[in-house]
Amino acid sequence: MTITHDGFSATRRLILQGAGAVALIGLGNIAFGLAPALAAANDKYPEDAFKQKSEADAIKALYGKTAEASDKVKLDAPEIAENGAVVPIGVSTTLADVTSISFLVSENPNALVASYKIPAGTVPSVANRIKMAKTSNVIVVVEAGGKLYSATKEVKVTVGGCGG
Amino acid sequence: MASTIRVRATLSGETTEVQALIQHPMDSGFVKDAKGEIIPPHFIQQLTFEYDGKSVFAADWGGGVSKDPYVKFSFKGGKKGDDLKVSWIDNKGATDTTTAKIQ
Repeated sequence: MTITHDGFSATRRLILQGAGAVALIGLGNIAFGLAPALAAANDKYPEDAFKQKSEADAIKALYGKTAEASDKVKLDAPEIAENGAVVPIGVSTTLADVTSISFLVSENPNALVASYKIPAGTVPSVANRIKMAKTSNVIVVVEAGGKLYSATKEVKVTVGGCGG
Repeated sequence: MASTIRVRATLSGETTEVQALIQHPMDSGFVKDAKGEIIPPHFIQQLTFEYDGKSVFAADWGGGVSKDPYVKFSFKGGKKGDDLKVSWIDNKGATDTTTAKIQ
């Protein structure tokens, strides 16, 4: 199953490469307008972004633009994670009009870990637990007012969470 | 069957704080088992929270989210005793849904 799945996604990535970002944004807008009958099926899962190896490619696939570092994004992560399988990471921001928050780990096999949509009225603050293969930069991207802002912190991992 | 989702929603002042814990293996597809064979990917891809018919929070997850994932967020509004609906779907198409009362 793994092999066929990978083969499929490789072809898919090639096909999608050109129009991918535009198509994703377009579908997202349409999905937002629909009544939330089955919420899980509403918004398209950004599969292409989750397949990217580097954080730059993942951000590009997800948002179609690049992020600038901002001190208004507060990343709460441990200096040292004893267990890379469970690293608690939180983020909050004082930026206004936040629409999404994403978590990336640059040394993971696939950089993008999680992406959260923040509707109006939801506080732009999220905490979750992620896996880290090894010592790496953790990057948080906040989309606010159509622009991307990021914060980065290195987390040292003593036991990796993605290795065999 | 007991739900895989444990969720606690607490109203404090004007915001409702939501904490959710879900039982799921969250296999990334990069880890090998004891025989050296790759454990196929099996992880939650989308998790949604609905209050009063509206989405208040939605997650897209990859295999890099920890096993038995936990997430915390807050939203403005919410009333004590109202329902918060939580649903997830994984990469194999399995789903689960639960509703919690805001406390």
